[in-house]
Amino acid sequence: MTEAECLDITEGQGEHAISIRGLRTSFGPQVVHDALDLDVRRGEILGVVGGSGTGKSVLMRAIIGLQAPDAGEIEVFGQPMTGEADEEAQLAIRRRWGVLFQNGALFSTLTVSENVQVPLREYYPAIRPELREEIAGYKIRMTGLPEDAAPKFPSELSGGMRKRAGLARALALDPDLLFLDEPTAGLDPIGAAAFDEQTRDLQQTLGLTVFLITHDLDTLHAICDRVAVLADRRVIAVGTIDELLATDHPWIQEYFNGPRGRLAHAGSVQLKTSGAKGAPA
Amino acid sequence: MGHFGLPRNANWTSFTPTMHRADFIEERDGDARSIMLTGSLSLSCLGDVPKRLDAIDGPVTCIDLSRIEHIDTVGAWVVHRAAERLDAPVRGADPGAERLIGAVSQAGLPVEMRPVQQPPLLRILDEIGTAVVQTAQTMVGLLGFLGATIITGWMLIRHPSRFRINAVVQRFEAVGVTALGIIGLMSFLIGIVIAQQGSVQLEQFGMEVLTVNLVGRLTFRELGVLMTAIMVAGRSGSAFAAQIGTMKLNEEVDAMRTIGVQPMEALVMPRIIAVVVMMPLLAFYSSILAIIGGGFLCAISLDIPPVTFVQRLREVVPITDVWIGLIKAPVFGLIIGIAGCFQGLQVRGNAEEVGQRTTAAVVQAIFLVIVIDAVFAVFFTWIDWK
Repeated sequence: MTEAECLDITEGQGEHAISIRGLRTSFGPQVVHDALDLDVRRGEILGVVGGSGTGKSVLMRAIIGLQAPDAGEIEVFGQPMTGEADEEAQLAIRRRWGVLFQNGALFSTLTVSENVQVPLREYYPAIRPELREEIAGYKIRMTGLPEDAAPKFPSELSGGMRKRAGLARALALDPDLLFLDEPTAGLDPIGAAAFDEQTRDLQQTLGLTVFLITHDLDTLHAICDRVAVLADRRVIAVGTIDELLATDHPWIQEYFNGPRGRLAHAGSVQLKTSGAKGAPA
Repeated sequence: MGHFGLPRNANWTSFTPTMHRADFIEERDGDARSIMLTGSLSLSCLGDVPKRLDAIDGPVTCIDLSRIEHIDTVGAWVVHRAAERLDAPVRGADPGAERLIGAVSQAGLPVEMRPVQQPPLLRILDEIGTAVVQTAQTMVGLLGFLGATIITGWMLIRHPSRFRINAVVQRFEAVGVTALGIIGLMSFLIGIVIAQQGSVQLEQFGMEVLTVNLVGRLTFRELGVLMTAIMVAGRSGSAFAAQIGTMKLNEEVDAMRTIGVQPMEALVMPRIIAVVVMMPLLAFYSSILAIIGGGFLCAISLDIPPVTFVQRLREVVPITDVWIGLIKAPVFGLIIGIAGCFQGLQVRGNAEEVGQRTTAAVVQAIFLVIVIDAVFAVFFTWIDWK
């Protein structure tokens, strides 16, 4: 048995799960990010917002190593992820995150259960097949999929179920860090609210740090601890929604104080007060 | 006690607390036995603990978690499962661990993890039956598709304004022009091979000069058009199936229908027209290149000068041979186009299906081309075009 396989989750016990300095990414002449700084604190749900084309997904892809940045440094759990850094150490960090892509990105030729087992099989081939199947089984149930979803193929699932299956796969390795790319896009409001609640539940139970890209104002109000706003090729503000409202950047004002923003805000306030009444503890 | 987990981080320093591999000890107190887990109960540190826990048998008073360093859902699941199997309570769990165990035990397991599988014998019979039914369905489907193509073709003749000239010309280029290089090279080489192999055999009778007959008649009548059909099936038939199949997966075909554009008109007809028109041209071109290849070999190894070669060719190759090639080519083109477009439109479900359908399109096209070729051979002999 190789001892080196035992991952030390206490490593890099700094304040920040992700720390980005001076990031620059571009596609040919088109610069997406320039001198972008961002810190994601441990154990928080950070919402990332921005207009279409401001590079929210590109930022996520840069952090998880799918998009090589032109310049800048990205550290995850204190481990530099850019440049010629220690590949072994980077691999160890890769095992500590899970990613939910926008459309689930499930492998279409595998069943849901097999999809969830892929990361386990890949990183921990020593686990016995029965245990691996059990792990996949309870993960599928934890993400709120119905009992009969495990043997189905992605094409037999609805959009919301596909997202949940993707989430189950993202959680397969018990990550400390979870990336969600527009998890509630395309879901009905009830499904979206349920997904938000599920995310919050899982985050608290598993002690996750969540990097959440979203356009959904309700999601921001309901579950995000802080919100980062992407505009002008960088992060122009990070903070709670109240803090952001105090800034006078026109895009932020437009975003949170527009008709939809006000509605979502009113909804969340109502929810909080009624929630406080319902649960005096 | 567990072993020290080796630090993976280069920045690791001696005072950072580190994780230990999971382990457990059985503590005996008279008859009573308890299990004391230690180390980090996480996916990466579990090692053989689940297996060893499974091996424990008999009454256990409790499972003690008070000395573990860390636990994740996999560890919680293993503990939960052992506790349930041994009917032993879990003690000493901190609130976090308790919460995790609660979460995984609440989740439980789905009833079915895998699609239901039949016993092997039944499955083989099932697969054979499915294959037979599918083959029959495909043949009927192809016939139906041929009918639909003819109807659409007739409609286009009656309403020429709906003919998509741009799409057709675009396909002409994809099917015909871009294939010139590879088909030319292939035919040239085949011409050389026929002449070379033929001359070796004919030399035994002192009849090398008949090599010209062999090359001329074989290429115009059979090989030119047949090799071209195989190449076009591989190049364009597969492309048709893959393009239309991918569009089907992306719901582009459905979108077309809702907008009022008929996929038969917009996707299928341009491709079929292109391949039907291009096949005779490509087949003729291929025959000519094969003849040039044969002539080239005759000139350098049999000492038959090109002028003699061409003169002899005109004497021995009847014009009906050229006609036979040119009559067969559009029919083969139709088969290739129909097989490709039909299979493409059959795609549903996932990406693997696109691959399967593309393969099926090529295999069916080549198979049917050869069957029809045999029918033609009998037919042309029957009408005395020998």
